[in-house]
Amino acid sequence: MITELGHFALILAALVAVVQTIVPLVGAHKGWRSWMALADPAATVQLILVGFSFAALTYAFVVSDFSLRLVFLNSHSDKPMLYKITGVWGNHEGSMLLWVLTLALFGACASWFGSNLPASLRARVLGVQALVSVAFYAFILLTSNPFLRMEVAPFDGQDLNPLLQDPGLAFHPPFLYLGYVGLSMTFSFAIAALLEGRVDAAWGRWVRPWTLAAWLFLTVGIGLGSWWAYYELGWGGFWFWDPVENASFMPWLLAAALLHSAIVVEKREALKAWTILLAILAFGFSLLGTFIVRSGVLTSVHAFANDPERGVFILMIFGGFVGAALVLFAARASAMEAKGVFSMVSRESALVANNVLLAVSAFVVFIGTLWPVFAEMALGRVLSVGAPFFNAAFSPFFVVLSLILPVGAILAWKRGSFKKAMTPLWPVAVLAVALGGLAFAMQTGRSALGPVGVLLGAWVVGGAATDLWQRTGRKGLSDRLGRLTRLPRADWGKFTAHCGLGVTVFAVAGLTAWEAEDIRVADIGDRWQIGIHEIELRDVRQEQGPNYITTKADMAIFRNGREVGVVHPEKRFYPVAEMPTTEAGIRNGVLRDVYLVVGDPQTNGGWAVRSYIKPFANWIWGGSILMAIGGLISLSDRRLRVAAGAAKGRAPSGGVPAE
Amino acid sequence: MKRLILVLALLAAPAWAVQPDEVLDDPALEDRARDLSAGLRCPVCQNESIDESNAGISRDLRILLRERLVAGDSDEEAVQFLVDRYGEYILLSPPKSGANLVLWLAAPVLLLIAAGVGYDSIRSRSRAKAPEDLSEEEKARLDEIMRS
Repeated sequence: MITELGHFALILAALVAVVQTIVPLVGAHKGWRSWMALADPAATVQLILVGFSFAALTYAFVVSDFSLRLVFLNSHSDKPMLYKITGVWGNHEGSMLLWVLTLALFGACASWFGSNLPASLRARVLGVQALVSVAFYAFILLTSNPFLRMEVAPFDGQDLNPLLQDPGLAFHPPFLYLGYVGLSMTFSFAIAALLEGRVDAAWGRWVRPWTLAAWLFLTVGIGLGSWWAYYELGWGGFWFWDPVENASFMPWLLAAALLHSAIVVEKREALKAWTILLAILAFGFSLLGTFIVRSGVLTSVHAFANDPERGVFILMIFGGFVGAALVLFAARASAMEAKGVFSMVSRESALVANNVLLAVSAFVVFIGTLWPVFAEMALGRVLSVGAPFFNAAFSPFFVVLSLILPVGAILAWKRGSFKKAMTPLWPVAVLAVALGGLAFAMQTGRSALGPVGVLLGAWVVGGAATDLWQRTGRKGLSDRLGRLTRLPRADWGKFTAHCGLGVTVFAVAGLTAWEAEDIRVADIGDRWQIGIHEIELRDVRQEQGPNYITTKADMAIFRNGREVGVVHPEKRFYPVAEMPTTEAGIRNGVLRDVYLVVGDPQTNGGWAVRSYIKPFANWIWGGSILMAIGGLISLSDRRLRVAAGAAKGRAPSGGVPAE
Repeated sequence: MKRLILVLALLAAPAWAVQPDEVLDDPALEDRARDLSAGLRCPVCQNESIDESNAGISRDLRILLRERLVAGDSDEEAVQFLVDRYGEYILLSPPKSGANLVLWLAAPVLLLIAAGVGYDSIRSRSRAKAPEDLSEEEKARLDEIMRS
């Protein structure tokens, strides 16, 4: 019964979305206030309905209602409760329901917190947002209905893919979706602005929090996915340039670019047309990512759905929205006249460089990801584009980006001087080169990647700190420290996020350059050396988990002859899904992780065992967390909130000043 | 029952990546093999190199590659030997020739174009005239707003 109510609520939500599209957009066009005003209650009602629908599906998973096809296919009564719940979005249909739930959530948030927007802009934003929802409701109801019943309810379910039964991956999709769908909000703002025919500093300010939020969720989502791959896949890789990873990485790159260009719109009223285009492209890449994942066109670990019908439908959504948006852009972009004037050397120019690098790197990832499909269709060649290509073609962009970041961040707006900007940065540059040189001297005969990573990391982090310190004025130390605490949060956010980037760049290079590996057959009681550690295999035994059986090892780690810890790598087997998984035994450390994996028993005794030293592994995710926190701090900046209050007073007088 | 489960587990267990018995005695040769196999794709997996893959065929490929190296093949010869048998598909880094040049040149060419467009737009901004002050009409309107 609850299931049917959920199904019904979903259909109602779709109808509400149709109304929310048509009425406010017509109202905004004709200038009818009452029609525009309908957008707000509609957005809230839509959220309630789709929220109920999602809750109904979750309930079916929680009580293991196997009469529901989706539950039967993706759940099992023995599964721990956490994974029964996360199983809701661990499959195609459920994840699409989560997608529309997030769409409705963002729409409702725009309605609740958007009281400062001019009425017509708000109506258009909510209308466009609802139009995106309509497309996805249609997709769900026509091709991927989660509420289909089975004729005969089976006794038990087929279980969720065991790889997904993991805390890291359980929350990876919701964050990614918050990011993807957050970009729908910037898309709606861009289209609404094109319909309004004006983009000004205020628009830049309104769109920034949504971009920040989307980017920050994407950062967390990608970070979680990478962390999961690190500890779950059994050899400690953290990034594979898998099509599905790329699908989330491209929107991240474009969102990062958008974040920076929106600053120029807000502060300097320049780069308007480019920012609008970027907002369209960023959401376009989100849709493309959805298409890549959902259609399984590039089959990869994550593709749950291999159904061409669905792929074509999403491709139509993608083509429809991006195509229409680009046509609208072409027709209206010329009206977006830039106002701010800036010289060749200025913060604006540096941000243009940032945008060039981020956008082109996103397109490089795009071409690399889709090249195999193109080659097969157009050239009839079956080929692969993998990590070696991306490492070679993509990495230089981030090297250059890291090199120019500290200088660009410190350059003055309008008219800057390279010499002036570099004055406080020279010590940082010297320090970075010295640290890089030290790293080079300490390692022997290894790749230059590590030292370069040290140099870049130190340069970016040191540059961010210098930038922050420069903002405190030129008076005495105590005065500057006092000012430091009173700096706008946006400055702190910038500092934190840039530090995070520096840390991640350093960690990725460090881990790749300095990791160590040992593969051997070990008997119980054997001890061996890896790096500065010794490892001992103490015991291997069979155990029974809630829905799996496991081969579990006890492995002790020694340093300088003293035992520093025991870890328990496992090899699990899930009988229902007939799938094995590895659970690495990881001893986390500040400077390095010791990463142990137990393999197969050998015919003449002993076990295949691998040990890895993973230097600075945690710094990769530490950097991602710093970036996300930086976004969060910026999001809490007074400016973004004060603008809300300030605009309220302005609205009754007719909103926008004359141009 | 327990024994049965153990047997089941062992039957289903794939071979995990590089196995101890595959490792060559000569460390230099083994290093070369590892480097090369990181660039070769497992034919039946999804975006995994044979170095990482657990599939049986990857093990066969790893062993084959090592046999070629031990037989004295150069890196190129050993890889070519595998490509001749398993196709271009197993190269994770597509060869820099023919149509693939489009792929390889995409990054520098796009960067040049984007940098050109960026430079052009910066230059036009740096030469543009600063917006003029408020017109009389706008000043009057501003005063009106300030008074209210």
